[in-house]
Amino acid sequence: MSATVPAMQIRLPRKAIGKLIATELKQAWREPVALLLGVLVPVVFLVIFGLAPAFQKNVPTTSTTYMTEYTPILIGLTLVLIALISMPIPIVMQRQSAYLRRLSTTPVAPGWLLVAQVLVNVLLAVLAIVLVVVGGVLFFHAHAPADIPGFILAALLATAAIFALGLIIAAVAPDPRIAGPAGAVLLYPLMFLAGLWTPRETMSPLMHTLSDYSPLGAAVQAMLTAVHGGIPSAQSLLVMAAYAVGFGFVAVRFFRWE
Amino acid sequence: MTAMDNRVMERQTTIGLGPPIVEVQCLHKTYGRTTAVDDVSFSVQPGEIFGILGPNGAGKTTTVECISGLRAADGGTIRVLGLDPQRDRAALRTWLGVQLQEGSLRSSLRVWETLDLFASFYPHPAETGELLDLLGLTPKREASYRSLSGGQKQRLSVALALVGNPRVAILDELTTGLDPQARRETWGLIENVRDRGVTVLLVTHFMDEAERLCDRVALIDRGRVIAMDTPTHLAEQEGGGHHMRFQPSGPFDDRLLTQLPIVNQVEHQGHRIVVSGTDDLLNAVTHTLARVGVEVREVQLESATLEDAFVRLTGRPSPSTDKEKR
Repeated sequence: MSATVPAMQIRLPRKAIGKLIATELKQAWREPVALLLGVLVPVVFLVIFGLAPAFQKNVPTTSTTYMTEYTPILIGLTLVLIALISMPIPIVMQRQSAYLRRLSTTPVAPGWLLVAQVLVNVLLAVLAIVLVVVGGVLFFHAHAPADIPGFILAALLATAAIFALGLIIAAVAPDPRIAGPAGAVLLYPLMFLAGLWTPRETMSPLMHTLSDYSPLGAAVQAMLTAVHGGIPSAQSLLVMAAYAVGFGFVAVRFFRWE
Repeated sequence: MTAMDNRVMERQTTIGLGPPIVEVQCLHKTYGRTTAVDDVSFSVQPGEIFGILGPNGAGKTTTVECISGLRAADGGTIRVLGLDPQRDRAALRTWLGVQLQEGSLRSSLRVWETLDLFASFYPHPAETGELLDLLGLTPKREASYRSLSGGQKQRLSVALALVGNPRVAILDELTTGLDPQARRETWGLIENVRDRGVTVLLVTHFMDEAERLCDRVALIDRGRVIAMDTPTHLAEQEGGGHHMRFQPSGPFDDRLLTQLPIVNQVEHQGHRIVVSGTDDLLNAVTHTLARVGVEVREVQLESATLEDAFVRLTGRPSPSTDKEKR
């Protein structure tokens, strides 16, 4: 039959993935929500806190500065701003404008676009984390983590957990006007339990336990342990891993393509 | 036979009589309790511009969504290039270009970036510079999507449907929302696309568009194909034929005309006479009356259009007249 397709190998063009990532990098530069919100805001906080004399003093109970104790909280702030605010809104807009649907008529499934977008946002989060940690140590009297692999593991698990939560917003929000407030509403309790407003040490026992089992509370706990030279507790690492897997499952299970 | 008929015949001989490139049999699709497509069958030959016409909500878009694999049919079979759009989705996507009715592209991406990105999705893409030329987008290649006019956005959308070098292109409501000038330009473009050897499946509710572009059309109403033919034949056979209006130089017996096989009706409107028939009335009427010494003056000829056929077949004003009234 002449109208049939000649036999050929159907493969995913590998250069498509590179192009998708390059496109997202350009986009991140042209519409710099993630750069301004997720990278610049934590760095500005770092500078403000870092210049305050109180933050240069040592915490009585540990032998580290207040700045050191605050660095994991700034990392948490970076993660929520990027993963809950700047990442979901464009994804929701792409679904709403049928761009995801448009992609599903091409040989490249729209899932690859999401992979590229998550990757670029993770890259920006890593950039912000490195800036906050290295900047704090170099200029603002923060102590370098004593257990660097433990610190990195804790930061990576926190990234996975918060990004998975952000993907749930991206998966189900029908409209950017819902995705935006949804991210903001989640941001406050997460940051509260991380200790942004009330340090964890001053929380009531009940709040402290809640904090231990919240994604960013566990992250701050694990990172601070690594800063002080201990190995992050299995509990805090497992809490983050469980959130990452659970949220990730929900996001994938309920993702709406149109 | 009219000049238009001749043109259609010529084109059809170049289309060839091979196996159909798109074949739809007894397509059925429901959304919950609503039947979107009841029973649709048609086949498209390689090289054709095949039009799918119908009122809003007739099931046109659902039909092409099933053909392009975006939706699974509830019943019937679909073959595109011999492939099943659901089972062979991956293979079909490299050969089928789709332009969706709604939707927009990434607003801050430039024209060439968007085209370049989509080109990277296909194993054997078209040359993007050439495509930009074909679509008249070369002067806009550095412009961001959000800065384009409606017509330019549509043309970019067509470019994306063609960038994979498809064998079949599905274009859904291509010119809706364009100004008349942009619509005419887009028509020329579609003819270019066909001339490149791409079979085009065109969904439209504009009768003039179908008349101008399509080799054949299927008229869909309430989920069923109610007529399928060339636009000319459809207009002639279903649209109420041709009308010739004239003033005779003197009286004559109506039977002279009514006995002609091509004449259906002769009507008197004051001094004027309206003859309705199926074919080239002018020659037949002029000759017949000349033989009895009657001249015809102030002749007006009207041919039934696809629009007339649409109205008669669906019992509704066509959506394009609707639009114009608004």
